[in-house]
Amino acid sequence: MSDKVLMKGAEALAEGAIQAGCRYYFGYPITPQNETPEYMSRRLPEVGGRFVQAESEVASINMVYGAACAGVRVMTSSSSPGISLMQEGISYISGSNVPCVIMNAMRGGPGLGNIAPAQADYFQAVKGGGNGDYRRIVLAPSSIQEGVDLLVDAFELADKYRMVVMIIVDGLIAQMMEPVEFKTRIDVSTLKTPEWATVGRHGRDHANVITSLTLDAAGLEQWNLKLQAKYAQVERTESRIEEYQMDDADYAIIAYGTMARIAKTTVRIARAKGVKLGLLRPITVWPFPAKQIQAYVGKLKGTLTVELAYRQLFEDVRLALCDKMPLGWYGRGGGVVPGPQEILGAFEEQFGKGR
Amino acid sequence: MAEQMNVIYERPRSWANKVTHYCPGCTHGIAHRLIAELVDEMGLLDKTIGVWPVGCSVLGYEYFSFDSVEAAHGRAPAMATGIKVTNPDNFVFAYQGDGDIASIGMAEIVHAAARGWPITVIFINNGNYGMTGGQMAPTTLLGQKTTTSPLGRTSQTNGFPIRVAEMLAQLDGPAYIARVSLDSPANIRKAKSAMRKAFNAQVRGIGFSLVECLSTCPTNWRLTPVESMERVRKEVMPYFPLGEFKVAPGVL
Ligand SMILES: Cc1ncc(C[n+]2csc(CCOP(=O)(O)OP(=O)(O)O)c2C)c(N)n1
Ligand code: SF4
Ligand SMILES: [Mg+2]
Repeated sequence: MSDKVLMKGAEALAEGAIQAGCRYYFGYPITPQNETPEYMSRRLPEVGGRFVQAESEVASINMVYGAACAGVRVMTSSSSPGISLMQEGISYISGSNVPCVIMNAMRGGPGLGNIAPAQADYFQAVKGGGNGDYRRIVLAPSSIQEGVDLLVDAFELADKYRMVVMIIVDGLIAQMMEPVEFKTRIDVSTLKTPEWATVGRHGRDHANVITSLTLDAAGLEQWNLKLQAKYAQVERTESRIEEYQMDDADYAIIAYGTMARIAKTTVRIARAKGVKLGLLRPITVWPFPAKQIQAYVGKLKGTLTVELAYRQLFEDVRLALCDKMPLGWYGRGGGVVPGPQEILGAFEEQFGKGR
Repeated sequence: MAEQMNVIYERPRSWANKVTHYCPGCTHGIAHRLIAELVDEMGLLDKTIGVWPVGCSVLGYEYFSFDSVEAAHGRAPAMATGIKVTNPDNFVFAYQGDGDIASIGMAEIVHAAARGWPITVIFINNGNYGMTGGQMAPTTLLGQKTTTSPLGRTSQTNGFPIRVAEMLAQLDGPAYIARVSLDSPANIRKAKSAMRKAFNAQVRGIGFSLVECLSTCPTNWRLTPVESMERVRKEVMPYFPLGEFKVAPGVL
């Protein structure tokens, strides 16, 4: 008998975080992820955790920062405008080398925009948003099950590298229902309090201090070099991609998350018509799986990047492939989600019938 | 023949034995000293986490031998909340300036006070933004000249100074709220006893506590240390009266 349960994305991701050992959650309501804090508010007390509804996303992320300093598994979630308010906190957390997990159910923007599915916060998630030279690991599941599985990795990666790990989904994944199985359950009693945590000295012979401040320039440069070395290691070892129908592919769609899910159908329709189309789906968008994509140079006649945004993912594809092959792009904005046929139409427009 | 000697003054164990960077006559150092003495006297060294603000006391964590974290500007109460919730038996205090608490961080302090969780805030009211060069703060008095109110603060342009202690005392969450002054030995002794009550409110799990300390900034006030202390008494105290504004049962 399978252990699958039918759950809404935003709730399944909350349960996934709890199964991954998350015991502290701080958040502020925003659609399309309200079910995440709601679920946390009833579930966390059952497992000995704590939920706090913060007064704003600014407060949420700084509560997360505080709990992260205590070395516990902690998370917040929000949607685009709320994530914007968290950027200062994300920068501080990154600058002081403490781990946390953030889920962003991206919605249409800019500004208040709307609550429809979008990928327009790719730059914000991947390239920055807050001040300073920091990176965070960004995971982009394309199904609820994958999101739940990736949450376990998210907390492990956050702890391993003492980094912010962000899971980016959108209203589609957060609001739909799918069967999901919780395969891994982390026993929190096995998680050790890290030696750097500010939990009170309790006999320790020195004080622990967590700060992102280094007043002298040479010292701060050294600190930055340490961060850079860590980021370089993450880039070498942690990038992930799904390669779908790529063995004999002449062309590939490059897409992530919800868009990749839809593009899979496009691949199937194209294949039925005899077009050797495949899909390259970054699972980590930072680190970007550039090497895996570059391996197709010389094998592909072109790629079509498809996204729910305007040339954001495309920028990383261009950096990876430069002029090594024809690079097509198709995207919709404002929360409009193209169907598989529309994507196929865009492919044919840019690459002919592909034969 | 050894004479009997009583220690009446010594370096607190909680003090990291470093020289502070504060200007001569600045009362940040006095507030620090009181915190260190109380942490020692109340046996809190092993379970204290200090949350330091952005402001002149940004390096506060350098001067104490307990664990500390450095918050973003105004966010110390939120960070303290996150720390306290993970280890409720620990002693968590936030240290904040007036720009930090009453301007950029107003939402965080109001909601920390309203939640009423047992954390403690030591609030240094020096009437300006010391660290950035003496700009107007929410506590700057009417008529007071600062680098961004060069002709003196006017209510028409800048509104009125905010009395943080009185404002927070309106809420049901806080267990202890007081305003003290660091201008004289007598007032410093009173300040210490107020801080002790504030610490106790947390240690006994009664609720949120805050002590607002009328402080000096001789450098930006363009006054000598002695003149600064006099200004606190003559000009600041009339607008910011000393006293206890909230004392919940059990706080002592
Ligand atoms: C987000 C942000 N805005 C502005 C600043 C610049 N800044 C640093 S300290 C400070 C004012 C501090 O004044 P106060 O809280 O009164 O502390 P004091 O220095 O007077 O003790 C400001 C505005 C900052 N560091 N971060
Ligand atoms: S600038 Fe003012 S508040 Fe800052 S250390 Fe000097 S006197 Fe104190
Ligand atoms: Mg000030």
